[in-house]
Amino acid sequence: MNRYAAPIVLLAVLVALGPTVAPALAQDKTIFVPLLVYRTGAYAPNGIPSANGFNDYFNLLNERDGGINGVKIAFEECEMQYDTKQAIECYERLKAKNPVLVNPFSTGVTYQLIPKAPVDKVVVHSAGYGMTASADGRWFPWVFNFPMTYWSQASAFIKYVGQQEGGMDKLKGKKIVHIYHNSPYGKEANPTLEDLARRLGFELTLLAVDHPGQEQKATWLQVRRINPNWIYISGWGVMNQVAVKEASAHGMKMDHVVGNWWTGTEVDVIPAGDAAKGYKSMNFNAPGAGFKVHQDINKYLYDKGKGAGRRDGIGEVLYNRTLINAMLNTEAIRTAMTKYGNKPPTGEQVRWGFENLNLTEKRLEELGMKGMMRPLRVTCENHEGNGLAFVQQWDGKKWNIVSDWIEPMRDIVRPKLEAAAVEEAKKLNYSMRDCAKEK
Amino acid sequence: MIYREAGQFKTTYAGDQAVFPIVQDRVVVALAIVAAFVVPPVLAGEYWLQAVLIPFLVYAMAALGLNILTGYAGQLSLGTGGFMAVGGYAAFKLATAWPGLNVLVAFLFGGLMAAGIGLVFGIPSLRIKGFYLAVATLAAQFFLIWLFNRVAWFSNYAPSGTITAPDREVLGVLVTGPNSTAAVRYVVALAFVVVFAAVAKNLVRGRIGRAWMAIRDRDIAAEIIGVHPLRTKLLAFGISSFFCGVAGAELVFLYLGSAETLAFDINQSFLVLFMIIIGGLGSILGSLLGAGFIVLVPIFLTNVPHWMGLSMSVALQKQIEVMIFGGLILAFLIVEPHGLARLWQISKEKLRLWPFPH
Amino acid sequence: MIAETLYAVLVGPFRDIVTGPLFFLEVLIGGIAAGLLYSLVALGFVLIYKASGVFNFAQGVMVLFAALTLVGLIERGVPVAVALLLTIAVMIVLAFAVERVVLRPLVNQAPIILFMATIGLNFFLEGLGEMVWGANVKKLDVGIPDESLKVAGVLVNKLEMTAAGTAAVLVAVLAVFFQRTRIGRALRAVADDHEAALSIGIPLKTIWVVVWSVAGIVAIAAGIMWGAKSGVQFSLSLIALKALPVLILGGFESVPGAIVGGLIIGVGEKIGEVYWGPLVGGAIENWFAYVLALAFLLVRPQGLFGEKIIERV
Repeated sequence: MNRYAAPIVLLAVLVALGPTVAPALAQDKTIFVPLLVYRTGAYAPNGIPSANGFNDYFNLLNERDGGINGVKIAFEECEMQYDTKQAIECYERLKAKNPVLVNPFSTGVTYQLIPKAPVDKVVVHSAGYGMTASADGRWFPWVFNFPMTYWSQASAFIKYVGQQEGGMDKLKGKKIVHIYHNSPYGKEANPTLEDLARRLGFELTLLAVDHPGQEQKATWLQVRRINPNWIYISGWGVMNQVAVKEASAHGMKMDHVVGNWWTGTEVDVIPAGDAAKGYKSMNFNAPGAGFKVHQDINKYLYDKGKGAGRRDGIGEVLYNRTLINAMLNTEAIRTAMTKYGNKPPTGEQVRWGFENLNLTEKRLEELGMKGMMRPLRVTCENHEGNGLAFVQQWDGKKWNIVSDWIEPMRDIVRPKLEAAAVEEAKKLNYSMRDCAKEK
Repeated sequence: MIYREAGQFKTTYAGDQAVFPIVQDRVVVALAIVAAFVVPPVLAGEYWLQAVLIPFLVYAMAALGLNILTGYAGQLSLGTGGFMAVGGYAAFKLATAWPGLNVLVAFLFGGLMAAGIGLVFGIPSLRIKGFYLAVATLAAQFFLIWLFNRVAWFSNYAPSGTITAPDREVLGVLVTGPNSTAAVRYVVALAFVVVFAAVAKNLVRGRIGRAWMAIRDRDIAAEIIGVHPLRTKLLAFGISSFFCGVAGAELVFLYLGSAETLAFDINQSFLVLFMIIIGGLGSILGSLLGAGFIVLVPIFLTNVPHWMGLSMSVALQKQIEVMIFGGLILAFLIVEPHGLARLWQISKEKLRLWPFPH
Repeated sequence: MIAETLYAVLVGPFRDIVTGPLFFLEVLIGGIAAGLLYSLVALGFVLIYKASGVFNFAQGVMVLFAALTLVGLIERGVPVAVALLLTIAVMIVLAFAVERVVLRPLVNQAPIILFMATIGLNFFLEGLGEMVWGANVKKLDVGIPDESLKVAGVLVNKLEMTAAGTAAVLVAVLAVFFQRTRIGRALRAVADDHEAALSIGIPLKTIWVVVWSVAGIVAIAAGIMWGAKSGVQFSLSLIALKALPVLILGGFESVPGAIVGGLIIGVGEKIGEVYWGPLVGGAIENWFAYVLALAFLLVRPQGLFGEKIIERV
């Protein structure tokens, strides 16, 4: 022991005693929404615009409309570094504030929270990610993954390829490679792609890339040997930037390289520079800052210095996606209020709101989001909704929409999904509810 | 004056060599264990149990295991995460294949499987030493994670590869699964740590432990005086991996509830290694203190701004937190390079003498 | 069934190699390029281990920190050359700070304690780098287009070739520095025996600052090369993991070992992944690198170029 000892011992005592102080309780006149974000760490480039979108939309509602039907939204960020263990710590801590819903923003974390949802009475909304099987609302009443699942997305991608090749029958004998992040997230699309390969007769090769995915030389050498007609990428984080760069460095036709909707944002293509020109990706939300909601965000938030990020970040792909995600959250709450009144709803009531969400074209226009996404209807059976996807292309400066809205192959995906839901629900000892009895 | 040892005489060798030779220590430790079983389940909220105490206990278990291998037998290992994964997946397979089985048996089975795998990857330790040995354990780490990720059988063919702890009862109480309470899971984790800390303590002060330390301090000399190096090293690998395997099963069943292979990645191996270095190599208490430091300090640092009512962006807060955490590691090492356990030992010596200087 | 498996494992890949020699050449070149990039990171570890016996866990974060500083300065309008000089200055300051705060108080401690100290340093730099320069990905344009040329039917990447060239030059410079200069000789003396070096008047503390500075400069080079591939972002710090098998294979104390080790690991893991990976479902290169290193170590327990371990009682 020496002269450092005293302060260190003091600190140790503080470490031991500090946490006994109770956290302040949230006000009961607001709706509390926890935000699990990752603004630091390896996945921060994706996490920052996502977190900003949520912040800005909730703040916009509070500033412009005074909340949802007069009930303000209280929200709190918790930094989880895209790490499941930290996310649990965040979730458990924020649970004390009585949240009604949670957006995990990571497929791994979604898997963690799904079993907790019915116990804690907190709706899990994994918008465009998470467990595909949870789209069967009969088995998973508390989990929602509208506007679309990974499986639907993969089928929409194949449909797009079919369109480009001049018909689904032309897919026979074509070679498609799926390069995926070697995690539950990356693997999600594989069963659908394998199924479609059998039905449509294209040759599918699956190539896994381990986290973090900085070194993909071997993967792309194999791609080069296969010389595929189309490449589909399910990546996240640094894997995306490297994949885009390697694709061009290995002489792939960039307009035949298509990312899924987590593999096609500005940060994925900008580090690659001109090499990324022509690269495509799936999406379900229109990119760009030209919508009315963006004008409002500028007017009510950024002009007053209340924006969450930088002004030039408005309209980025992930920013727009979380704007929509936040809007879907709040519209579901609004739906709940039509039944239960304009007061802070409970988790149960919000769950009803999610299940009866009917987002019309007219409503989207009122929200200033006309054209940003498709109208959406959620039902008791179908927690995926009837979302559509499209393909966007990078022109070196911005993303442009290059396809119509594509309807996924629901007739193929849905039966598979229902079968998977039975399997997944069995693990959790769930029983199927009868949607006919629900109102 | 805190320790009044007057009148405590040791009249037998056994008494002199007891784990806690001083009566006050025995009383305090016994009380502490009882308190640990009773107080948190009654008083602590779910946040405390689920996000703070259970992970602490799970990592304490892993740290005990690694400390046997690295701290006592002197074999550096970076395969802890891999061995934990073996435990987690083996326990999962057994528990789902045989639903009627007591889930605690599945934990021990996980430990046994991990021990077997640990033995295999321990074989190169006879030839490769020091930092170089890390390669064998790293090969184990990366290979095992790849295997569990690759072979769908291990996750019962779940399309995503995620394993989920099923609901299982022990003596009519739900111990694992999403519907079990955090308090019950805490008690189970604590029981495991208490029992296995006692086992570890008695192992290391016996014949086996002395053989391990002889190998650690100078392996050639140990060989000359009759310690069989291969058998001793492999035993350390096996027992250490057993502890890690049980910790892995606990990680899945008691802490996370559902896990993917990423939960066992190389970072876990590093984390557990940090725990035993900062806690004290070659010390059972050190394993627990180190696990406490690495698990609790970041959570504490995360919460400080909330308690103080400071509002700053979460990113800045995290960055400062990481910096302070790094600074604290440095500070503790500079104060006492031999870890928290040594710090505790010195304080205890002082307490025994206090208020007299000598 | 067994015969088929054996054929697929033992014959098939070799048949592929023979029937597609041009592609094999590409794999080989890709492996060499990747390997040299690993070497660049491994070099930083070796320099520090050689002179101070510290296994510097923070080397990966130093790469990140250096790249972040460089890009951050360039983004703020500092000319590239000036930014580079400033970054070097920052790394030298860092070396002084490390010597003063970390190494000096822990002199004569066991290697594992020093290793732990660098872990503390690792966390500290990680937080500091992000706090100062932000966590978002930054584009690093080194003026070399990441495009490929066809040379005699073989695809060659310009950026990778530049990186490989840089690594080669850096190693040559370091070799000359170690062999020919006064301070280089002093470094080798310290590496051989701390006490003997001290007793003939070599200032240990200065030597430490010098090696940490040189390791910092190597980190800048590694940061630029990796950053040009993926953009400068937090993940850069994780490449240390890819350098680990290289380091172990080459020997902790050997500069040539880092290079040869890098080549063996780079080429080995690419060939393994491309030709044997598909047989077992792919993504094997991470563990394959370690198994490869393990195989070499079983023959030479001190690494390929490591100093022979003489064991005494």
